[in-house]
Amino acid sequence: MSSTAPSAPASGEAPKVSKISEAVIRIAGNSQDGIQAIGGFLARLAGRSEQEVMTFMTIPSTISGGPSIFQVRIGSGEVLSAGDEADVLLCFYQHSYEGHINSLRKGGIVLFDADHVTPKPEFEKDYRHVGVKISSLTVEAIGGTAKDKGKNIFSLGLVARMFDLNITKLEKLISERFAGKDESIVKNALAAFHAGYGYSFGSLTDLFQFTESQQQGRTQVVMNGNEALAYGLIAAGVRFGAGYPITPWSDIMEALRRELPKYGGMFIQCEDEIASAAMALGASYAGRVAVTGSSGPGIALKMECLGWGIMAEVPLIVVDIQRGGPSTGMPTNVEQSDLNIACYGSHGDAPRVVLAPSNVEDCFYTAIEAVNIATKYNVPVFILSDQAIATRIEAFPEPDLQKVWQDITPDLSPVQDHKPYDLSAANGYVKRIVPGTKIASGKYPVATGLEHDEMGHPTGSPKLHAQMTAKRRKKLQVLAAEVGTPKIYGPPEGNVLLVGWGSTEGPIREAVDRARGAGDSVSGLNIRHISPLPNGLENIFSGFNHVLVVEMNDEGLYGYGQLAAMLRARFCDPKIRAINKVDGLTYKVKDILDRMKAMLNAKA
Amino acid sequence: MQMSTQTLPSEAAQTPVAVNPTVAERKGLTKKELAADHPTWCPGCGDFSVLALYFKLLEKRKLHQDQFVSISGIGCSSRFPYFVQAHGAHFIHGRALPFATGIALSRPDQHVFAFSGDGDAFSIGGNHFSHTARKNVNMSLVVMDNQVYGLTKKQTSPTSPLGFKSKTDGWGAVDHPINPLKQAISMGATFVARTTSTNPNHVLAMMEQAMDHNGFSFIQCLSECVEFYEGAFDSANPRKGGVFNEVPKEHDVTDEFAAYQLASTPFPGHFGVFYKVNRPTKNEKEAEIIAKHRAKVGEAKDWQILQKTFDRLK
Ligand SMILES: Cc1ncc(C[n+]2csc(CCOP(=O)(O)OP(=O)(O)O)c2C)c(N)n1
Ligand code: SF4
Ligand SMILES: [Mg+2]
Repeated sequence: MSSTAPSAPASGEAPKVSKISEAVIRIAGNSQDGIQAIGGFLARLAGRSEQEVMTFMTIPSTISGGPSIFQVRIGSGEVLSAGDEADVLLCFYQHSYEGHINSLRKGGIVLFDADHVTPKPEFEKDYRHVGVKISSLTVEAIGGTAKDKGKNIFSLGLVARMFDLNITKLEKLISERFAGKDESIVKNALAAFHAGYGYSFGSLTDLFQFTESQQQGRTQVVMNGNEALAYGLIAAGVRFGAGYPITPWSDIMEALRRELPKYGGMFIQCEDEIASAAMALGASYAGRVAVTGSSGPGIALKMECLGWGIMAEVPLIVVDIQRGGPSTGMPTNVEQSDLNIACYGSHGDAPRVVLAPSNVEDCFYTAIEAVNIATKYNVPVFILSDQAIATRIEAFPEPDLQKVWQDITPDLSPVQDHKPYDLSAANGYVKRIVPGTKIASGKYPVATGLEHDEMGHPTGSPKLHAQMTAKRRKKLQVLAAEVGTPKIYGPPEGNVLLVGWGSTEGPIREAVDRARGAGDSVSGLNIRHISPLPNGLENIFSGFNHVLVVEMNDEGLYGYGQLAAMLRARFCDPKIRAINKVDGLTYKVKDILDRMKAMLNAKA
Repeated sequence: MQMSTQTLPSEAAQTPVAVNPTVAERKGLTKKELAADHPTWCPGCGDFSVLALYFKLLEKRKLHQDQFVSISGIGCSSRFPYFVQAHGAHFIHGRALPFATGIALSRPDQHVFAFSGDGDAFSIGGNHFSHTARKNVNMSLVVMDNQVYGLTKKQTSPTSPLGFKSKTDGWGAVDHPINPLKQAISMGATFVARTTSTNPNHVLAMMEQAMDHNGFSFIQCLSECVEFYEGAFDSANPRKGGVFNEVPKEHDVTDEFAAYQLASTPFPGHFGVFYKVNRPTKNEKEAEIIAKHRAKVGEAKDWQILQKTFDRLK
């Protein structure tokens, strides 16, 4: 919590009020306590208050519930990660207290439910302890016997008091949330909230106030990465999808199943992931590009279909919400270990497109970009998201929907002639002609997985195989030139360039800021286009002494993570080295800086 | 049937094929117009006759190239789409049905015909066979059952009879064969028929009924592999001294148990429609869901629907 200007101490008993520009609040309890709801309210409030916000949560991997946390970082300036350390830990049980006290910065505040938590002397010297009988006060406020109901909203009130949050906006959020339900539910929720808000901390704790946001006047939407991806696909014009449930991909299929009918589309739950990929390909073949997706093992099952899409030059969107692998692996933890399968999975020489969104907002726009690339280049496109972006909530400027909205209805007007695999096509691709189209020449195309001639008829000709293989490659080389070189974060020359992809962008940027603040020469680079890589990366790398690729995957047999290995193979540059980890958690800024320093020192 | 105007290209969606006057007036395509590559099948292969009758069907029913697609998996039989001068796709082994489902659901203006082999449909694609039947997707599937793997040269197939000597069972097949009719019936298929490529009129009749059926229609078509299982179906061919027993006139095609029982008759069994019922198709169910949702959004433009959702996410 970075204090800027503590206000003058108020007179009498009133607690001190400090101005802060941001705060990290961690809420720890059990999953059934509704702690996600507290986090959700805080994130929404930040969104409506023109502040930036990022959340982080853990889901117990068992359905019966269990320990769970929700961390919210709210800031008046830029918020790039969920925060290394919490300023406030709100904990409901002894296990949440003992399990998470280490995530609190020294001097931070533990706000605990005095009905369930007994403070430990060894912690009391390092952290400010504020005990409130949350459980019993909630029962007192709303009456009844509902034991744990409402204590999350009571706690929200406490937090609102502590941080002087906008009460009117919160009341509105609470009413909206429970709107449509029984009136007594809204009443009870507001009663719990007011009881929490009215609690008098006395001199127990300081109070805080956020400084004015630097992002005045922007309208924000608040959602998680999976929602942003699903809505991005809809805005892009996708109207058909097929999938099979698996965490953390399921949210997307559930959202599309629920939402697509409003737009005249449909999402089909299939018998397995192979059928899903096949069905989406069928719909793509029949008209507009369709989506399939999965996580972990389900991605492995889609590989043969993917190869068909590449060979037959039929577009497809494959969403991969990465989780820890291999096999069933770590279903509810984050990892970036699917880069290889996304880029190289399936047999044969099978070039495809792989895009990696770097934050929640980017999920929305990447979905649109993916659809447009797939449609233009007649190629399957992977969207490599991960469990961390999928589940974290961010506030971002509301997209101009009318402007980004796309209609990708296929054109069925008759054509004179059509060669689906025209070798003379300038950039290696042609406009696809779909079923229902009359072709005057009377010669119709077959979409095929066999090597083929220009009409799609099978061939065993070595020459045609070489030409067609080159065609499938060349169109992506054209794409590589089109996507543009990514922007460097920080100066274009210096000692260290931290390279990342996907969800590590935020922590890497924050690491760059912090390192530069300490006088170190560090810049950052996020690569969104993983395959094909954009042109011009070598020029960027040449400006630095060290290129360190930060990834949430293993260093592999030869000492490099999956992107690092690809970049080394691509550029043969020994200064490209790797920082890896596979603990199932996102990078803390401090982790990145410590690892970077260790590498630089080891070399010296 | 209620069509989803949003998943469809515009005009095609508005005018159901059958009532389009310009379509009704045109003549059927001739075999010459429909033939593409010369089939690569072995001389005498039963699949030739299935192809010839498909051409007959298209001609007789005046289906033009903008009205249908031919889809297949992998196998000798699955080479089918290359031989038809029309839109088509040769997909991967075993997955023709989900691929065809993607077309059938997003393009209700198209007749979707899937062609498959016994290995393709009942082994590697066995689960898709069950689920497409259960979902009652509006399309037709013709499985050219030769009771052997033809393309990969004589391995045991899921319909190979016990004792059939293949390269993978030199001593004779030991695994109990699948009865595709029984499987289809038990999985909820709404049209189940059996025919044999040596009886052209019967094949055409089954194809016509399958095409007219609203829902998933499945035809098991015995189709001899002269290369690797010669004479397999002689006992069903009167010209080879066998008997061609039609489904008894008194059989009630809506009686699931009777159909199941009839399908249990030992080889050569019966030929004809075993089971035919009407149940809402997947296409209709999805169209219903869409219609309900579209009614709720009223006159809003599509982007405004998402705008409304975003307004709730503020
Ligand atoms: C995933 C996969 N496994 C195996 C094969 C090899 N393969 C091609 S066709 C076939 C079996 C064909 O038998 P069937 O489906 O009965 O068709 P037929 O050739 O008899 O018409 C096999 C095993 C393949 N193409 N793909
Ligand atoms: S191998 Fe058998 S199934 Fe294949 S084409 Fe020859 S006869 Fe027909
Ligand atoms: Mg066969």
